[in-house]
Amino acid sequence: MSTSPTAVVNERIQPALPPPLVARRWSGTRTVGWIALAAMLGLLGGLSLYLILSWDLELITKYGPKYWQGLQITLGLVATSIVFGAAMSLPVAMARLSPNRAVGALAYGYVYLFRGTPLLAQVFLVYYGAGEFRPELQSVGLWGFFRDPWNCAVFAFALNTAAYQAEILRGAIQSVAKGQWEAAEALGLTRLQAFRKIILPQALIVALRPYGNEIILMLKGSAIVAIITVLDLMGETRRAYSRSFDFQTYLWAAVIYLLMVETIRNIWERLEKHLTRHLRRDG
Amino acid sequence: MRFLKHLTLTAAALATAASLSSAQADGMKLKIGTEGAYPPFNNMTADGKLEGFDIDIANALCAEMKAECTFVTQDWDGIIPALQAGKYDAIIASMSITDERKKKVDFTNKYYNTPPAVAVPKDSRLTGVSPADLAGAAIGAQGSTTHANFAEARYTDSTVRGYPTADEYKLDIASGRLDAVMDDVTVLQEWLASEDGACCKLLGTVIPDPAIHGEGAGIAIRKGETELAAKFNAAIKAIRANGVYKSINDKYFTFDAYGG
Repeated sequence: MSTSPTAVVNERIQPALPPPLVARRWSGTRTVGWIALAAMLGLLGGLSLYLILSWDLELITKYGPKYWQGLQITLGLVATSIVFGAAMSLPVAMARLSPNRAVGALAYGYVYLFRGTPLLAQVFLVYYGAGEFRPELQSVGLWGFFRDPWNCAVFAFALNTAAYQAEILRGAIQSVAKGQWEAAEALGLTRLQAFRKIILPQALIVALRPYGNEIILMLKGSAIVAIITVLDLMGETRRAYSRSFDFQTYLWAAVIYLLMVETIRNIWERLEKHLTRHLRRDG
Repeated sequence: MRFLKHLTLTAAALATAASLSSAQADGMKLKIGTEGAYPPFNNMTADGKLEGFDIDIANALCAEMKAECTFVTQDWDGIIPALQAGKYDAIIASMSITDERKKKVDFTNKYYNTPPAVAVPKDSRLTGVSPADLAGAAIGAQGSTTHANFAEARYTDSTVRGYPTADEYKLDIASGRLDAVMDDVTVLQEWLASEDGACCKLLGTVIPDPAIHGEGAGIAIRKGETELAAKFNAAIKAIRANGVYKSINDKYFTFDAYGG
């Protein structure tokens, strides 16, 4: 308060050294952590060693092409379902955010149903349920669609993933600060313009990670599709196992799924880096 | 207890599911693995009990061996791994004896051998069961079985689709997604005689291929347990000889399921 305006600071403030690093104590938790890590590495090493030692060219040439066919089915199924699901998720998310309570409740009911029941049950119900209602479906010309197991799988998967994606989108839109809406309005933008140009781009950054997770979950979830006779990667694996009774058929499937998940993870890493480049502090 | 023991032994042929206490305190204890979804051989009743030809035969064999048996149900795809993991000691689940399976488990002698057959919807225009007759048709079978393997190997001009259990292909032929289904003749007959089988009819039996279908259904046990195999074989021989097999057989079939 009473510092005189003529006071001059002559001394330079010496930069202080950071506090010395305190060695972390060796706790019980750390020991358990290292043991768990060693056990996991051991397991991974053991499985890799098993695959190398039990290398069987005959098995691979016999079932390799089948696995490739199954892989294509899996990728096609997941990609189609995710795209259709994404298209369906936008209106559902909008409905969830709607001030109209009836619309909101309807969307909530849909999301609640599809997130609250197993995908396996949904696929089973769509496929065998449609079979029970063949005359009705035929009368409205939909039997042609539901006759095919692949269509039924895409139908069920898309409905399922749309429910999850709608929630991801809703959460992301709600995470954008209200001030953004208000600023857009102040600039004279319509609500649609504001949503499309200001809110959605910011929401998608938030939604990106959960979207990646959803694709990965869908990829692994699709492994149940063999119950309706679609022979995806897992279906081909089970068939190969039932012929050869060789445990490594499952290990190969695990390796392929792992590679797919790792690829998606890497793509997502890059996507995120690209989309959030304006938030980076270096460069 | 004496009365109970007597009752159990004489009623062995008619013994129903669940564990059979043969009241042999010194007898061996066996866990039997079965699928529980393959009528009339092994299936669940509405109140969750196991019944069927396999179950009755298993109980009769256990009584013959003076063993105390309990049943464990297990999905077909995992039925051999679970045996190897020691969840049970023997599989009595209409498992066909094949060379591929012999690499992983040991088998007893067969306890029945019935031919495969083809069923079609009642209004089907299919007339024969040969691969040429069924060209272009969608054929359903239970996946991972000898029937599915046979269909895939021989009916190359047809679309063969594998189902998790027999229940699902029955649903799919009833709804018209399949043109034909292939399974053991006794399984198909049982289904066709029931209300659910009203959609369909038996088209005919197929001559089995021993290289694929094997020599019949046997009891699978872990490799190297020759003593147990010998006991089962002796028991199969005994129930064939003493009429117990016949009384069980006649409960389910109009012909001798043991085969030639």
